Amino acid sequence: MSDVSQPRNSYLDAPYGLASWLLTKDHKRIAMLYLISITIFFAIGGLFAAGIRLELLTPQGDLWTSDLYNKLFTLHGVVMIFFFLVPSIPATLGNFLMPIMIGAKDLAFPRINLISWYLYIIGATVTLAAVFTGGLDTGWTFYTPYSSVSSQTAVTTAAIGVFITGFSSILTGLNFIVTTHRMRAPGMTWFRLPLFVWSNYATSLVMILGTPVIAITVLLVAAERALGLGFFDPARGGDPVLFQHLFWFYSHPAVYIMILPGMGVISELVAAMARKQVFGYSFVAFSSLAIAILGFLVWGHHLFVSSQSIYAGLVFSIITMLVAIPSAVKTFNWTATLYRGSISWQSPTWWVVGFMGLFTIGGLTGVFLGTLGLNIHLTDTYFVVAHFHYIMVGGAIMAYMGGLHFWWPKMTGRMFSDAGSKTSAVLVFVGFNLTFFPQFVLGFMGMPRRYHAYPDEWQVLNVLSSCGAGVLALGYALPLVYLTYSLFRGAAAPANPWGAKGLEWTIPSPPTTYNFEAEVRVDEPAYNYKSTREVHVG
Amino acid sequence: MQGTVSAHDGGHDAHAHNPNLQHHFYSMEQQLEASTLGMWLFLVTEVMFFGGMFLAYLIYRVIYPEAWILGSNHLNVAMGALNTGVLICSSLTMALAVRAAQTSNRGAQIRYLLLTMAFGSVFLIVKYFEYAEKFEHHLVPGRHFDMTLPQAGQQQLFFSIYFMMTGIHAIHMIVGLGLMLVILTMAWRGRFSASYYTPIEMSGLYWHFVDIVWIFLFPLLYLLGAHYSAH
Ligand SMILES: [Cu+2]
Repeated sequence: MSDVSQPRNSYLDAPYGLASWLLTKDHKRIAMLYLISITIFFAIGGLFAAGIRLELLTPQGDLWTSDLYNKLFTLHGVVMIFFFLVPSIPATLGNFLMPIMIGAKDLAFPRINLISWYLYIIGATVTLAAVFTGGLDTGWTFYTPYSSVSSQTAVTTAAIGVFITGFSSILTGLNFIVTTHRMRAPGMTWFRLPLFVWSNYATSLVMILGTPVIAITVLLVAAERALGLGFFDPARGGDPVLFQHLFWFYSHPAVYIMILPGMGVISELVAAMARKQVFGYSFVAFSSLAIAILGFLVWGHHLFVSSQSIYAGLVFSIITMLVAIPSAVKTFNWTATLYRGSISWQSPTWWVVGFMGLFTIGGLTGVFLGTLGLNIHLTDTYFVVAHFHYIMVGGAIMAYMGGLHFWWPKMTGRMFSDAGSKTSAVLVFVGFNLTFFPQFVLGFMGMPRRYHAYPDEWQVLNVLSSCGAGVLALGYALPLVYLTYSLFRGAAAPANPWGAKGLEWTIPSPPTTYNFEAEVRVDEPAYNYKSTREVHVG
Repeated sequence: MQGTVSAHDGGHDAHAHNPNLQHHFYSMEQQLEASTLGMWLFLVTEVMFFGGMFLAYLIYRVIYPEAWILGSNHLNVAMGALNTGVLICSSLTMALAVRAAQTSNRGAQIRYLLLTMAFGSVFLIVKYFEYAEKFEHHLVPGRHFDMTLPQAGQQQLFFSIYFMMTGIHAIHMIVGLGLMLVILTMAWRGRFSASYYTPIEMSGLYWHFVDIVWIFLFPLLYLLGAHYSAH
């Protein structure tokens, strides 16, 4: 039975003290370091968002100057994407769970794992230095020639910060791929892997193939600014659109770096909460790879109005539609898994349901935007802003929160307030829709993004959106309170509080430093709930 | 049942324990396979990294063929050829150093590593003189670029790409030399033998990769189009 009390020698209290944490090579501790770091950056990115929504309460640009407003939305994007969303699930939950889920003692390269965290911290520090030495006003997209020639802000510093952080992402991806290939326990065949591992594997492929391209791209921008070289400078015959191609060659796939791990989390949670094997396991597994591959072939849909040839536009439009297929495969298979499952309405399920609703809307509006003709009307409007927030916030962060709650007892050895988590899930769902649904309408009516003033008739929708942002902030702040509280006062977590299947639930909560005391052998498929329906501990 | 099975002391074979085996691996083979795969994946990321610059090179070459020929004619083919030869030799000595590790020959390891480092340093010294020459002739993009040249703007593009590609390649060479220094110290202490040579082999892979990048850079930058010149 699974009620193993907290072991004395858990990874949390093995050797103690600051140095033992800062020099740790334990994947679980590094996951915790990441968890703390990205939470801080989530808060910073949220502050920038608050600045944006406050300004947009009124039609006049009256709260901030337009220059400051430009910096606010730029820094919101840069911080949230590079310092929160990209590392979010892989670096925390992935770092913690990948080795355990495949029956390994650690990732293949523990030292490189630690280096990746330090690179993240160094990159983040450099970028923060840019914030305090002039800020950044190029938009998170760094478009040339504005970024390379015109902008008076600290573009070079920020670019170098992003460049450094990119390597942290590359090293994480590299580590995951090697770990999945070489560290699986005997019997853990590819088709017995939990789907979370599959999706992180696919994510890692995108990380190692895409991230080097953004690294060289921002380095070229930095070199153009700092050294006077010219790559995208029209005055010397350079082509700014080349920058856009290079940028989106990474930055479209980066969307999948952000959402694929979330899809993996949802697969785990759906199975555990419905107590059923995931319907069409291999389809869900391969759809992750399909998304990773197709993701590299659609970047041109960001250049429909950037003088790209109409034929290229057509091709990119069609391939963009194709991405909907593997995404729909996942959504339908999750639904089929839930169908006739004995669904437990514990709090992780609430986050899953929120994800399903928001991700579906986000995905479908992506089809609107991928449509060549409609895109011309919607380009650079709030429709785009709403769409990608439905994917990245409604999808990725919802899944991240669900996963964080689901594995929190395993990671910390403590149970959190179920009611608190449900309240937070509802607040986030309501607040999110209130914030971003009006933006679809605004975008459709033609409100352009990145402006700090707008005509009076759009005020009602903007006020709704700003109020929603307040509710959303509350929803995100709440877990900070009850999860922190649980660390000190939470009940000790049993080894398997959800009655879930998977290797991580066979070891104590929190695990010991080397995860498994004995050699692991696997001889059944993932999510084999049929064999143990009765094991569920209420 | 999915789960853990009690086995002999945590999965390690006490009798066959190699001191170089890290705790989270079960065997030396697993450790070597992981390192090798990791290194190859790293090289894949390097290919993508340089790929961005090769793409920029290709696109501008197609748009501005004349400027590319003009720019290419400013490069010193003799120095480039010398450096190509030097790097090919260094790859050979690197391969021999790995071979020496596999045959547990400590003396040969040290000898070949020193030779590799010598060749690498010669490359950088030659590169230094090449760069200095470009500075003197005002061929460095930016304020001091010689604007009297024909198609000066587009030639600046050529030289921007020249300096970026060869510069990043040179940085890789410097990193490689640092790596060689570490490997040399390890070889000096007799760390490598037929039973453990992963670090030297991985460093070798890196070294060969950096050489291969140059093998592409040399013809693309120095040779293509140079025969159109009339001097
Ligand atoms: Cu896209």
